[in-house]
Amino acid sequence: MYNLIGAGLIVIGAGIGLGQIGGKAMEGIARQPEATGKIQTAMIIIAALLEGLAFGALFLGK
Amino acid sequence: METLLNDFSPGLFVVTTILLVALIALMVKFAWKPILNSLEERESGIENALAAAENARKEMQNLQADNEKLIKEARAERDAMMKEARVIRDKMIAEAKEDAKEVTAGLIEKAQASIQHEKQAALAEIKKNVAELSIGIAESVLKKELSSKKDQLELVEELLKDVTLN
Amino acid sequence: MKIAQKTIKFFISIAIALFTLVNFAAVSEKNHDDQNDGGRVNSKEEVEAYILHHIKDSHDFSLFSYTNDAGERKHIGFPLPIILWTSEGLITFMSSEFHHNDDGHVIVEKNGLKFVKIHSKIYELDKAVSEVTFNETHHATNAHKVLDFSITKSVVGVLLIGFLLLFWFSRLARQYKTQKIPTGFARVLEPLVIYVRDEIARPNIGEKHYRRFTGYLLTVFFFIWVLNLSGLTPLGFNVTGQLAVTACLAIFTLIIYSVSGTKSYWMHMIWMPGVPKLIRPVLAIIELAGALLIKPFSLLVRLFANISAGHIVVMSLIAIMFTLKQSLGVVGATGLSLVLSFFITLIEVLVAFLQAYIFTMLSALFIGMAVEDHAEHH
Repeated sequence: MYNLIGAGLIVIGAGIGLGQIGGKAMEGIARQPEATGKIQTAMIIIAALLEGLAFGALFLGK
Repeated sequence: METLLNDFSPGLFVVTTILLVALIALMVKFAWKPILNSLEERESGIENALAAAENARKEMQNLQADNEKLIKEARAERDAMMKEARVIRDKMIAEAKEDAKEVTAGLIEKAQASIQHEKQAALAEIKKNVAELSIGIAESVLKKELSSKKDQLELVEELLKDVTLN
Repeated sequence: MKIAQKTIKFFISIAIALFTLVNFAAVSEKNHDDQNDGGRVNSKEEVEAYILHHIKDSHDFSLFSYTNDAGERKHIGFPLPIILWTSEGLITFMSSEFHHNDDGHVIVEKNGLKFVKIHSKIYELDKAVSEVTFNETHHATNAHKVLDFSITKSVVGVLLIGFLLLFWFSRLARQYKTQKIPTGFARVLEPLVIYVRDEIARPNIGEKHYRRFTGYLLTVFFFIWVLNLSGLTPLGFNVTGQLAVTACLAIFTLIIYSVSGTKSYWMHMIWMPGVPKLIRPVLAIIELAGALLIKPFSLLVRLFANISAGHIVVMSLIAIMFTLKQSLGVVGATGLSLVLSFFITLIEVLVAFLQAYIFTMLSALFIGMAVEDHAEHH
């Protein structure tokens, strides 16, 4: 039961983080469309780091 | 975490490690090295070809520029020569005209002089002829005895007729 | 065209080989009343057990199973060899001796040792015990795990994909000897190789050093990608969803960037210049933990979790067919499950590529951080 609550909290946090990353990346792309490639690469790396953190936390609780 | 550790199989880890080392070694030896080498070779080949094409283009441009320069020079030279020729021609024509004028003037003068001379000669001859004629008339008048006044007059008239006819 | 035909022939011959083996192996098993894998799956609990069983490694290669009219359980697939390192030395036998039992009721006796299989793990029974006993959390009390070097389904997957990769790429390599531009299937592979080299290795490691690591990155990229994709086929591999496999990959990356790290990389980690001396040990602990634990851990957990989660989601959506049969009817439940699982499978195809890309990308990034020349700083 507590595991599930913890997982929910992790997902909320990760969701907020991913939203921030994605949103800011979109803003960046809208502002400078010529930098799309670089922004996407950086976005994927940061999202991957966040994802690793979130999964790590999820599996620690499992 | 506990389930994770429980799921972890050390045997599979060892087997995978061995297989992966083998796979990486084999792939590097038989696939990646030759592939990457050929790719690089091809890329450098393409680069060289592009550079060569660029060089050729530049050379071509240079050649064209040279050609144009040459043509321009030739044209300028031709123009200059033509100009010179024109000047020479004009000069020659002018000179010829001058000469011709001089020659004609000389000729005319000569002709006038000879005409004058001829005229003089003719006049002199006429004078001589007139004198001879008058002498002849006078002779014939004198020869005919001037018997009558009437004869004399007839003779003079006859002679005068001749003169006017002459 | 010729190569494509040859490749098709290759696949067909593999399929035929598989099928003859399958038919050969499709001997009818006695219907053990206590087997829990591959039996009829109807209730939610059974679905959950089935999915959890699937995402684990398996000691036999079973494609599908059914119950015939006589009430016999038929398994279509073939057994794989089990290789154990026990207190008595090396012991090998075929997995068919367990008769597809997965909860410790079939006991195989070899060299005087008794073995049982519980949840895809092989346990050695203690001496003088004839039956496994479980405590209330369903852990065996009188048996212990043995080192299991078996040719499991995952190992078969690694071998199969390894041979496939070797076959594809050595063919591509051989083509360059006779022609400048590859033809057939190799023409598809070439841009992928160039992509990994130019988009992953070169920008992240740097122009000076990338050559040394491109081989490793290429191998890892195609290994993960093709295995991810093969997990979506009905063969049902879950190789990149095995913790042992992803841990192996992550440790490879760890070893590579630790070994090739420059002196200034280690200096910056252990004794950070330009920082007050009192803080340096603290920073060193954080940096070392980051480089030696957190980086590989995030690599291995990300890949494992993504692929396992993908398998669980796809199978759960397929299971809608059974779990929602009551409320939606057969047609409704089947239709819903087909539509949902179709779209999730499409997303999984994308995830298969993305995870391979991210793993390779982060490996390249970590290697790049380790071999970078720090001359421009400080």
